[in-house]
Amino acid sequence: MSTTFDQVANIIAETCDIPRDTITPESHAIDDLGIDSLDFLDIAFAIDKAFGIKLPLEKWTQEVNDGKATTEQYFVLKNLSARIDELVAAKGA
Amino acid sequence: MRLEYFQLIDRIAEIDVDARTVTVEADVPSESTIFEGHFPGYPLMPGVLLIEAMAQTSGWLLIAALNFERMPFLAAVKEAKMRRFISPGEKLTIRARLLHEGSGYAMTDVAIEAGGKTTCNATLTFSHVPFPNAELRSHMEAMAQKIGFPLEAMRHG
Repeated sequence: MSTTFDQVANIIAETCDIPRDTITPESHAIDDLGIDSLDFLDIAFAIDKAFGIKLPLEKWTQEVNDGKATTEQYFVLKNLSARIDELVAAKGA
Repeated sequence: MRLEYFQLIDRIAEIDVDARTVTVEADVPSESTIFEGHFPGYPLMPGVLLIEAMAQTSGWLLIAALNFERMPFLAAVKEAKMRRFISPGEKLTIRARLLHEGSGYAMTDVAIEAGGKTTCNATLTFSHVPFPNAELRSHMEAMAQKIGFPLEAMRHG
């Protein structure tokens, strides 16, 4: 069974035409992979569908803008994968 | 349609928030300054305005789904196809379906029918935000009244 990170990396590779082998758990979606906010909507759409969740992008963006969180917390892929796991767990609770 | 004012929807024929669908009607005007340039001697509805009409149709569905609290803005156009020419005087039926409602964004599938056949279709992405000011909200409410958007029904739940 593939991990959450593997599924996310595959979605990013396919959606943004980024070579899969360049995407690692340490990759920052924005700073390392060059994904902009519009492209990230396609990724969010695919993640929402694949995991049956709704990534709280507005809340995350607000927290970053307010200085309450860093982009690394949400957009480094290992952290993004952990947030997805939390959302999936919360849905099933 | 008042092309010069980007008023591309004439009537909401049906809107079903639960089913996440909307159907609107739009009458292409017989005359417009747009047709003087597009094209001289061979007037056609510009493809960009057909895409805008599909966006506005989707927009009304999203405004309804968001309880008239947020304004959608077109962010991406995918798989847009113009399958045949649309001429002055044609009557259009535009149907949109909410494909996905995410956090601060949404996607729709939308198609234009003329003469009983699909003539254009696209998948559209929108970002949506709280109405940025009272003037825009007021304008949208006036437009809603004009095209038969069920504003009162929504207010009374």
